[in-house]
Amino acid sequence: MSHFLDRLTYFRRDQETFSGGHGITTRESRKWEDAYRKRWAADKIVRSTHGVNCTGSCSWKIYVKGGIVTWETQQTDYPRTRPDLPNHEPRGCPRGASYSWYLYSGTRIKYPLVRARLIRHWREARSSMSPVAAWRSIVQDSAKRRDWVAKRGRGGFVRVGWDEINELIAAANAYTIREYGPDRIAGFSPIPAMSMISYAAGTRYLSLLGGTMLSFYDWYCDLPPSSPQVWGEQTDVPESADWYNAGFLLVWGSNVPMTRAPDAHFYSEVRYRGAKSVVIAPDYNEAAKFSDMWLHPKQGTDAALALALGHVVLREFYLDRQAEYFADYTRRFSDFPLLVTLAERDGQLVPDRMLRAADLPDSLGETNNPDWKAVGIDEVTGELVAPLGSSGFRWGEQGKWNLEERDGKGRDIRLRLSLADAHDGIMPVSFPYFGGTAAHDWVATTHERILKRNVPVREIERADGGKLRVATVFDLYCANYGLDRGFGGENVATSFDDDIPFTPAWAEKVTGVPRQAIIQVAREFAANAETTKGRSMVILGAGLNHWYHMDMSYRGIIQLLVMCGCVGKSGGGWAHYVGQEKLRPQTGWLPLAFALDWTRPPRQMNGTSFFYAHSDQWRYETMKVSELLSPLAPAGDWSGAMIDYNVRAERMGWLPSAPQFETNSLELGGKIAESGRDAGEAVVEGLKSGEIKLSNSDPDNPRNWPRNMFFWRSNVLGASGKGHEYFLKHFVGSLHGVVGTDDREEIQRPEEVVWRKEAPVGKLDLMVNVDFRMSTTSTYSDIVLPTATWYEKHDLNTTDMHPFIHPLTAAVDPAWEARSDWAIFRGLARKFSEVAPEVLGIERDVVLSPIQHDTPGELGQAYEPKDWNRGECEPVPGKTMPSVHLVERNYPETFLRFTSLGPDLEKFGNGSKGQNWKAEREIEHLGNLNGRVAEGPTAGRPKIDSDIDACETILMLAPETNGEVAIKAWNVLSKATGRPHAHLAEGKEEEKIRFRDIVSQPRKIISSPTWSGIESESVCYNAGYTNVHELIPWRTITGRQQLYQDHHWMRAFGEAFVTWKPPIDTRSVARALGKLPNGNPEILLNFLTPHQKWGIHSTYTENLIMLSLNRGGPAVWISEKDAAEAGIVDNDWIEAFNVNGALTARAIVSQRIMPGSCIMYHAQEKVVNTVGSEVTGQRGGIHNSVTRINMKPTHMIGGYAQLAYAFNYYGTVGANRDEIVILRKMSEVNWFDKAADDAANVESGTADWGTGTRKGKEAAE
Amino acid sequence: MRIRAQIAMVLNLDKCIGCHTCSITCKNVWTNREGVEYVWFNNVETKPGIGYPKDWENQKRWRGGWVRTKRGKLIPRQGSKWRILSKIFANPHLPEIDDFYEPYTFEYEWLQKAPELQAQPSAKPRSLLTGSVINKIEWSGNWEDMLGGEFEKRSHDYNFEGVEREIYGEFEKTFMMYLPRLCEHCLNPSCLASCPSGAIYKREEDGIVLIDQEKCRGWRMCVSGCPYKKIYYNWSTGKSEKCIFCYPRIETGQPTVCSETCVGRIRYLGVVLYDADRIEVAASVENEQDLYPAQLGVFLDPNDPEVQAEARAQGIPDQWLEGAIRSPIYKMAVEWKVAFPLHPEYRTLPMVWYVPPLSPIQSAHEAGKISAKDGMPDVRSLRIPLRYLANLLTAGDEAPVATALERMLAMRSYMRAKSVEGRIDPAIPERVGLTQAMIEEMYKIMALANYEDRY
Repeated sequence: MSHFLDRLTYFRRDQETFSGGHGITTRESRKWEDAYRKRWAADKIVRSTHGVNCTGSCSWKIYVKGGIVTWETQQTDYPRTRPDLPNHEPRGCPRGASYSWYLYSGTRIKYPLVRARLIRHWREARSSMSPVAAWRSIVQDSAKRRDWVAKRGRGGFVRVGWDEINELIAAANAYTIREYGPDRIAGFSPIPAMSMISYAAGTRYLSLLGGTMLSFYDWYCDLPPSSPQVWGEQTDVPESADWYNAGFLLVWGSNVPMTRAPDAHFYSEVRYRGAKSVVIAPDYNEAAKFSDMWLHPKQGTDAALALALGHVVLREFYLDRQAEYFADYTRRFSDFPLLVTLAERDGQLVPDRMLRAADLPDSLGETNNPDWKAVGIDEVTGELVAPLGSSGFRWGEQGKWNLEERDGKGRDIRLRLSLADAHDGIMPVSFPYFGGTAAHDWVATTHERILKRNVPVREIERADGGKLRVATVFDLYCANYGLDRGFGGENVATSFDDDIPFTPAWAEKVTGVPRQAIIQVAREFAANAETTKGRSMVILGAGLNHWYHMDMSYRGIIQLLVMCGCVGKSGGGWAHYVGQEKLRPQTGWLPLAFALDWTRPPRQMNGTSFFYAHSDQWRYETMKVSELLSPLAPAGDWSGAMIDYNVRAERMGWLPSAPQFETNSLELGGKIAESGRDAGEAVVEGLKSGEIKLSNSDPDNPRNWPRNMFFWRSNVLGASGKGHEYFLKHFVGSLHGVVGTDDREEIQRPEEVVWRKEAPVGKLDLMVNVDFRMSTTSTYSDIVLPTATWYEKHDLNTTDMHPFIHPLTAAVDPAWEARSDWAIFRGLARKFSEVAPEVLGIERDVVLSPIQHDTPGELGQAYEPKDWNRGECEPVPGKTMPSVHLVERNYPETFLRFTSLGPDLEKFGNGSKGQNWKAEREIEHLGNLNGRVAEGPTAGRPKIDSDIDACETILMLAPETNGEVAIKAWNVLSKATGRPHAHLAEGKEEEKIRFRDIVSQPRKIISSPTWSGIESESVCYNAGYTNVHELIPWRTITGRQQLYQDHHWMRAFGEAFVTWKPPIDTRSVARALGKLPNGNPEILLNFLTPHQKWGIHSTYTENLIMLSLNRGGPAVWISEKDAAEAGIVDNDWIEAFNVNGALTARAIVSQRIMPGSCIMYHAQEKVVNTVGSEVTGQRGGIHNSVTRINMKPTHMIGGYAQLAYAFNYYGTVGANRDEIVILRKMSEVNWFDKAADDAANVESGTADWGTGTRKGKEAAE
Repeated sequence: MRIRAQIAMVLNLDKCIGCHTCSITCKNVWTNREGVEYVWFNNVETKPGIGYPKDWENQKRWRGGWVRTKRGKLIPRQGSKWRILSKIFANPHLPEIDDFYEPYTFEYEWLQKAPELQAQPSAKPRSLLTGSVINKIEWSGNWEDMLGGEFEKRSHDYNFEGVEREIYGEFEKTFMMYLPRLCEHCLNPSCLASCPSGAIYKREEDGIVLIDQEKCRGWRMCVSGCPYKKIYYNWSTGKSEKCIFCYPRIETGQPTVCSETCVGRIRYLGVVLYDADRIEVAASVENEQDLYPAQLGVFLDPNDPEVQAEARAQGIPDQWLEGAIRSPIYKMAVEWKVAFPLHPEYRTLPMVWYVPPLSPIQSAHEAGKISAKDGMPDVRSLRIPLRYLANLLTAGDEAPVATALERMLAMRSYMRAKSVEGRIDPAIPERVGLTQAMIEEMYKIMALANYEDRY
């Protein structure tokens, strides 16, 4: 219309030109501009976030128009920081910005889906039978069971109603509990911090049933075991804003701009404040751009680099000149001044365990736990003293667990760091060296397996009158770093140019980093720390932690920080970011999530050991314990296969196990209850007589299989499932691409585990996945339940990157038939309560629980561990074996319990990390807020009906969100430390954060003793802050930062001190190289799988917006040099394979990749644009198709102060970086998308239901 | 003097993390529609690389921007008005869809609806234009992300002119930067001059350049006329579209979507006053390297009382004048001279400017160089060749770029002395021609970069 009017006034048009016609003024209508204005308009804007494992925890504005979510942009309303600090807005990233695509996309799951064959059998049986009987009839019929199990992952879904499918699942659960025991039902859901109610929904249901929850942080290999080892802390790190306080930032194996996009600005900006930065990465990554210098060590050699940096620091800041700040810090806050006993072995002296008060006459006057009190020498009096803070002071007495410079008798002390001028002699001490051999193309050096170095030694008198040789940790530590201190002897260096482990010259050989750079970086790092009193920081992550020997690089770096006095200092310390591990209101959440308000303890299992056993990867283990053992290992029986060590650890109460008993634990519990005996006694007797068997020694026995599995908020098969093809074969029972076999001669048969000739195929009876999208796990499941997206539900979200708590809220209702996770599991609980009475009533369940960290039980076996099964000691529950609990389960009341808060919090109190406080007031308040159940068995209990009720429960119980509880918690801690701490939360008593508060704006949480940093207006959150500033001990054996790991197994595997261990030999290529030719050249590359730019793990990787901004499907990055060698050009289809399996993708050829390695950014799912494999005759795999789990014995240690189990805190981790693949160009592209009668290059119907091309398999054998 | 005000933008490439959030939020809001699937009003390129659309900087090929005739007159490179009209039915300089990329989607429904198959289902790509299966995706909106593709291909990058390109293909010599791009909302837009329908106009009140969707006839001469290739043809409506600088937001006092959602906090918006009468002279200076200073000469000092008085007289509102005084754009571009126009040699007088990026020192073998100048590296030891940046930002003149980088390094030295050693070193700002107050303000705007200081 407007231009019609324009035309009418054509001859009068007001027009003027200027600047030589380069400017024109017209007077035309601009009405059309309203079109874009309308497009911008929204009906409402709602706050939510993305419940995805990324640490981002960003608050977003969700725009809704006409009841439809249109798009999202970031919130900018975070509470402000300080005037001298950048603010948090806008937090977000490209992945989050593309989320709205999912809501209405083709991958959205709109209705419950079920495998057609399963529902057919179910309906047929159900027409004449009750639910449990119906399930029993079809699952016990092996032909019927196989009918749906064998079709997993190959299409064939149909839509089904909620009521019917809930009944099927409930019946399967009830049957499984009755037939095998509740622990045969397992659940996997990770990272509660990203949507804690959604996590808790499933775990509350499973915990009420007695099911097994699997851990994730260790399984993902995001847990740095070095953190519990050194600090007794799962992981605690600075918030991203604290980067801004650093003066020097080493960004090491962490790609901040890509994986910490919302926080990266603190990094880019602090450079303008004068911080210097060095980036260490094998590829020229996104972070390198921001550095002043980029170092690219050969991938996997970071520990060598860290050791050389430490070498320089020791030389220049401890030996040639003693930096006072460093000496003072390490004397007070590390184990440097504590004494280590020296053992004689084969005529040489070897560092042994730490000296304990109990070793000395009269136990130094310590009567409480003298076995757990470390000893040092007082510099003033020269006496042996037991400084406060050791774990022995933590339990059994009060007021002495602190880091004041005093001893148990109350005397002021100042510990001596070195015996250099106070020794009884200089003696050669032996250290193991592992760098003499190396796999693949890593560099081996010519140094001996045992390096003797001179150390000043003191001789002391033992309690029994004998003599003991001791040395300080510091003196041994300097020797370990190969520093010449004028004590003479071999294997020590006077110059950085000496080729001796661990000098810069030595590291140059191993890592390829020029020694000048190593020296320069070490100097600048330490000098900055000295000037600023600790403001040097290392940001590190998965790039290092996913290697098998991650402890060595991590501890090497932590040591660098401890030596420079950086830990616990604002702007300093370690900043490990892998996984959104920080569930800030944890203490409020735990009871809700694990139903601790009704029954304790919950069944929690470490994911890695579970999957290792039940996906049968142990049957393909090629690594022998002897390859890992130190040449200086203590005498003893170190035989056995890797799974044997895990079984021993489980038996000794170090690690959990699942399932627990071969017998149904309800049967066992019923019998024990009937007999009226003590459960522990009865179980001990049964174990000794052999009447009771643990499941772990026979994981392939059908009685011991996990039977029902719930996955939610996760994607094990498309992302974290290392050894993907083994999962498909043994756990899932689908078509798979395992190339190798389990009868190769390099596979060591276990001693303690039954080897069945035929490995099981398809252990799970029922696989249920809850998701909003058709992920790989959805594809393979029997049932897919449609969940609400992150814009359709209420939940809570926190991270370690910022101090705020903020919500997910429903901008729109769940689309189609989707329901929130809370509603899904609540619905399931209701149906289960209806169905269960057919076979279940009030039952007694025997639960085993490993020795837990942060409980008095963590003081397990103080010296050489004894195994009761080998007759070395008696089985004592909670001491030499797991503790035993007899638990009541009221199955018919499952729903009523799910939806109300039980009485156990009043009974036992609430708390965390060894502190416990009364919770009556909070529960009273919660009842007032949420209302109380009116009638029935749970009458009077506070309601937890809706997801918002569940949010309020957490917020009410947690000290982080309820100031009154914070004060209470700090006061409880004060009793243990004998020091006042409540000032840290003073003035916050009246602060109570409610769900609707955070809907209006994110809120900053309140300082609590659950965490080692504080929330304050003057400093940023930083880990270890309260240890250093409040003198609260670290939760380790000595209460100090534990640089010497004295556990028997640590010494056996040569990790008492940090050392250099090259990547392991995974033996996965030799048998496949050249055996399955396609005519194209094959090259060997180290297979790296870092986090990616176009997805958060697997989420977003099939998102169309993300795919339009990259290569539109799975890709592998290779160097120009390797590409040329293999005849590959950019965008060629390539295949990468080894004995574990094969994957297909396209090549990205780039100069920024280091030759010899390739990068496949992890978790690019095979559900989009993935062609068939020429090697397996199956769909090309995912990144984990070429990996397999490698467990490490030192991660199995338990019952030993900081090395005691806790869920997601310690345990075996799923490392996979050391893997090698064969990579080549594909010769034929096949989509494999035809129905089953298609003539694709597939053979099916083999013994294990199809393993790909038999020809190929035979060749590999 | 004809005073005009424009909302201009500066992007600090030194802080850009290459995350593409700006591209996505922009796409969701503006081009998430049929006909513009391939269109990114805002995109981010990894440099060195040939970009999106391919080779866009090569004006010999695309004929975008202006040329100066021997007589000193400016004409669009693709020809004068009559030449343009003669080519409207067959424009040889028009980029085709494959120069951008063929937009695609995937058969997502297949994953849920597939019958029982021999192998696990996987969703194949399909063209959003033809609906056919694409057997292999060959290009995308960001194909060269993070230096993807062989150096030989990427080094066709126009900015290697005068740089010894071969050595930069080595692993050890790798360098990389990001270049987020949007419409430049030029003072002298060649798209406008190319439009046969008179559909393109530059808004008097804020300088935003728009294509009237009711007047556009889809001739696409603007597509070839724009040297930045920031005008796109909507195959569904048959009209051309471009970045609208989020005027519905700008009009209501909000930053553009790309600015507010910029996670790296690299984007700044602000009012710039200029003298519209000087456009022709500035755009037609003979030497290309003089174009950048000439454009600076068009800008007016908002602190100058005479300018203020005249602006008021010409009807510029007080709020805008205040905005011009506080403008971070004016400070970065004019006062500190750390921001530069993109390819000033196109003679369009672009109004989206860039702060050049710092980079790591060239070689770890010379580790000592990281502390060469007041504890910071020397500009000449950095990885990205100065000439490369100069080709991008100053028509090849290295001196202004070197000065800008020196000033940023000086800010770092000065602040390091202050925050680490606790001392003020007045010699540092002096050395780079700044005052202490200027360097402190630079720090405030560029490092602390509060929301209210960015926009």
